Amino acid sequence: METLSEVSHEVATIPKTKLCMLLFLASEAVFFLMLILAYVYFRGFVSSGPTAASSLDPKVTGIYTIFLLSSSGTVFLAGRSLKQRNRARFLSWLAVTVLFGAIFLVGQGREYAKLLANNVTINRNLFGTTFFTLTGLHGFHVFIGLLLMITLFGVIKAGGEKQMIALESVSLYWHFVDVVWIVIFSIIYLWSAS
Amino acid sequence: MSIPQGALPISLEAEQAETTRLLSWISSVDHKQIAIMYLATSAFFFCIGGLEALLMRVQLAWPGLNFLSPDAYNQIFTMHGTTMIFLVVVPVLLGLSTYFVPLMIGASDMAFPRMNALSFWLFLFGGLLLYFSFFGGGAPDAGWFSYAPLSEKPYSSHPGLDYWALALLAIGVGTVAAGLNLIVTIVTLRVKGMTIRRLPLFVWMVLVNSFLIIFALPPLNASLVMLLVDRQLNAHFFTQLGGGSPLLWQHYFWSFGHPEVYIMVLPAFGFISEVIPVFSRQPIFGYGFVAASTVAIALLSFGVWAHHMFAVGLGHGWDLAFGASSMLIAVPTGVKIFNWIATMWGGAIRFTTAMWFAIAFLITFTIGGLSGVAFAVVPIDWQVTDTYFVVAHMHYVLFGGTLFSVFAAAYYWFPKMSGRMLSERWGKVHFWLTFIGFNATFLIQHFLGLAGMPRRVYTYPDLPFWGVMNLISTVGAFLLGLAVSVFLFNLFISYKNGEPAGDNPWDAWTLEWATTSPPPTENFVRVPPVKSRRPLWDLKHPENPDWKR
Repeated sequence: METLSEVSHEVATIPKTKLCMLLFLASEAVFFLMLILAYVYFRGFVSSGPTAASSLDPKVTGIYTIFLLSSSGTVFLAGRSLKQRNRARFLSWLAVTVLFGAIFLVGQGREYAKLLANNVTINRNLFGTTFFTLTGLHGFHVFIGLLLMITLFGVIKAGGEKQMIALESVSLYWHFVDVVWIVIFSIIYLWSAS
Repeated sequence: MSIPQGALPISLEAEQAETTRLLSWISSVDHKQIAIMYLATSAFFFCIGGLEALLMRVQLAWPGLNFLSPDAYNQIFTMHGTTMIFLVVVPVLLGLSTYFVPLMIGASDMAFPRMNALSFWLFLFGGLLLYFSFFGGGAPDAGWFSYAPLSEKPYSSHPGLDYWALALLAIGVGTVAAGLNLIVTIVTLRVKGMTIRRLPLFVWMVLVNSFLIIFALPPLNASLVMLLVDRQLNAHFFTQLGGGSPLLWQHYFWSFGHPEVYIMVLPAFGFISEVIPVFSRQPIFGYGFVAASTVAIALLSFGVWAHHMFAVGLGHGWDLAFGASSMLIAVPTGVKIFNWIATMWGGAIRFTTAMWFAIAFLITFTIGGLSGVAFAVVPIDWQVTDTYFVVAHMHYVLFGGTLFSVFAAAYYWFPKMSGRMLSERWGKVHFWLTFIGFNATFLIQHFLGLAGMPRRVYTYPDLPFWGVMNLISTVGAFLLGLAVSVFLFNLFISYKNGEPAGDNPWDAWTLEWATTSPPPTENFVRVPPVKSRRPLWDLKHPENPDWKR
């Protein structure tokens, strides 16, 4: 009879946290796909009231978009600094990322305030309904990303060491939120301009 | 149950013992404890959902009764469907997956134990939130798929549907987390030697099922958010008045809803694929076909949703396309039925209660599958849609399919979970009451449907034979209620006084039987080498191991 052996595991080629995040983002992609489809589907239905062309300013939002996209670069630099064990530089790049993300959210807030002041609301017509739902849920994801990065900042500042995988997962999330915004910006803002 | 202490190290003073025991459950991140909480909670909701079914059957026992008002009836059938699908079938499958997947792959826990606890607690509180609607102004009343515009404010102004959407959102998030957790567990925590081609078929089914979960739940979650925005902020996604589209709800809901059908049956295929080989004393016939056909089912399940919508008038081309894809999905399912029958063929079959339920599954699930294929034929669908034929069909697959297999799994795995055997004597009583009660309740409903009786209407006129057929169905439902009571009684007495089970009472071959019953917190101290699909067979038969064949 063969003897029993100590428990040892098949070697996985990917850290479990990272795998989980990738799968989660695949799931999230379907969630946003449904909301984007709803926007595109209803775009042709708007017969009266405000539309993307009549109420949005692609240039101003474009500037805030640049901040969000740059933050993908800065979170990458933060990761590189962590790999090089340069903690001070890592913390400052992460802080810059949080700052850029926050600027994007401020921009979204100002845009919303302007729209609401002009009586473009979620219950005004189908444009309002689909626009605020889609961009609002994206903004919520940006906000969650900021919370994740602030938490990570605190943990590493307090002396956490083996946070590389956590940072990789948070970066993946952040890049995803950026990519979703590129799609949203193209479909809502650029499509309205042409 | 000699479940080891949970996560919190607490001083064990005598008067605190009870509190500590409770805390050890509430604070637990052990997959076995969380699984048992899943199973207990879904059993609780199963009883509530079953009582709701009995209320409906009493109301329908004879034409023109006024036992329930039309409003109450709407709420009861909505709650029955929602409860059975979201609070019973899905969580009971998740519970058994959470318990046995780590054990069957030789892991000590799930990949993310705390996220595992989060999934369970979201499910429990989601369920409580749903039921709180009864005290919060009225239960939801638009059916389990809440078609717009019935689900919108003008048609359902009390907050029942808001509770419905919020509760399902909470449960949905928890379910996605459970799906992620199971995939990562299976990918990263397999014991050495457990390659993907040696995974027990139950684990295969759970793996495919988890992919279905993470891709099918987001459409539901998105739809629920949109419905909430409509109801709370007066938006216009699904209201005609604001230019929105009630049809969009149907497309979105069923693009979740049809994969959901398979989410509710793939793990059941897994139970059957474990139980039938063990009690036929033969390895599964065509392992690769069972696994591959599951992948085929999962992929096809995303392309069949509009067969729920033939009656809305999609146009001839769409009807044909969705009819064809729906028939296609019967092929990989049929392949499995033949695999299971071939596994039994020539085997030394042991007729335990688990095996009886597995055999009954083959019969009733096939009937449900055949009536399902009938719906893919568009004109038949037009004739019987929204009649009791639909009710009969879905209960044959969900009750006669999934729940029969859950009972098989319960008799098969209860010894592992509790250390004691379930009584076979009471098991046989439970089986026959269930089998007879089930067929008495639902077989006749096919004929009621063909005769034109619409579902979801609180009463019906005294047409020839309608009263008698409904009475038979009601009597069957009460037999089923009795069967469930016998099962609960069996669980209770067997847990108290059942025969001790030992490590491997069925002489089974997968890793969960290589540890004690119940397993210790860390599951395994040592594991047998995994060189084939049946490591315990190899261990017991060194002269004739599977890996030498």
